[in-house]
Amino acid sequence: MQRDFVLRIIAKLLIPYILLFALYVQFHGDFGPGGGFQAGVIFAAGIILYALVNGFEQAVRLVSPRILPPIAAFGVLLYGGVGVVSMLRGGAFLDYNLLAHDPVHGQHYGILLIELGVGITVASIMLTIFYAFMERNR
Amino acid sequence: MTHLIDIVLLTFLVATAIAIVRLNSLFAVVMLFGIYSLITAGVFIALDAVDVAFTEAAVGAGISTVLMLGTLALVGHRQAPQQHSRALPLTVVVITGVVLLWGTADMPRFGDPEAPVHQHVAPRYIQDSPAEVGVPNMVTSVLASYRGFDTLGETAVVFTAGVAVLVLLGRRRRQHRDPGSSGD
Repeated sequence: MQRDFVLRIIAKLLIPYILLFALYVQFHGDFGPGGGFQAGVIFAAGIILYALVNGFEQAVRLVSPRILPPIAAFGVLLYGGVGVVSMLRGGAFLDYNLLAHDPVHGQHYGILLIELGVGITVASIMLTIFYAFMERNR
Repeated sequence: MTHLIDIVLLTFLVATAIAIVRLNSLFAVVMLFGIYSLITAGVFIALDAVDVAFTEAAVGAGISTVLMLGTLALVGHRQAPQQHSRALPLTVVVITGVVLLWGTADMPRFGDPEAPVHQHVAPRYIQDSPAEVGVPNMVTSVLASYRGFDTLGETAVVFTAGVAVLVLLGRRRRQHRDPGSSGD
């Protein structure tokens, strides 16, 4: 890989925009196509491109495989936590109307948070699966 | 014009599928699977399902291709020569295809507004979601709010899939130290 200058430089140029685009898809999912799932996959794809071009060791230095399962669990927990909070506020599980004074604002907060949970879980699980294959191949 | 785009996309889809069946090099098959997903994403865009197209392009053409290449690196990229006869699989495929075609004859016409799927909960979502949820992308308001339970289940499924892959493939070094394990 050391001599593939074109590949390395193009990837280096692209990766920041891929990650930025993932964040755009994540937080713009209410207004345009996309959402947590797509954003998580695109974010993971950016890191995977980095790993494919720069090698497994470099990628592990960027994102350690050890921190990924707890992050994935945090995503599911964030999603479920939104449901529990709406229960504590006297509503049904995942009833976002009660998250704010105005029901529509509550819906916005709820959707933003659960999409974030989905995105975090999907991105870290995609990377976990990728790392599992890469580790086997070494 | 739309029909022309549909015909071109579907022709490419069939050509890719036939190439996948006929090729023996698994590396080429994996790359063609990626192309197949990309064409499918194009079909979804032609159907105005941009969210699905987005997912298909990112997951089908992107991540799956990389993961299948990772699998090929583990199992080798030549297909084992076939020993059994091809008559039985061909019969099964033909019968399944005929049954599927026969089944679609009973389905409502494509885009029919009177179809049951458009009469059930969809009108309520379309009429009430701008006031109830207030999110411009109705797909997001259905997925994240009306169907919040389903999406929580999907997220749990993704999490479970990751844990399963970790159990099967990861943590190899720890397994070697364990004397009770027969290894991989």
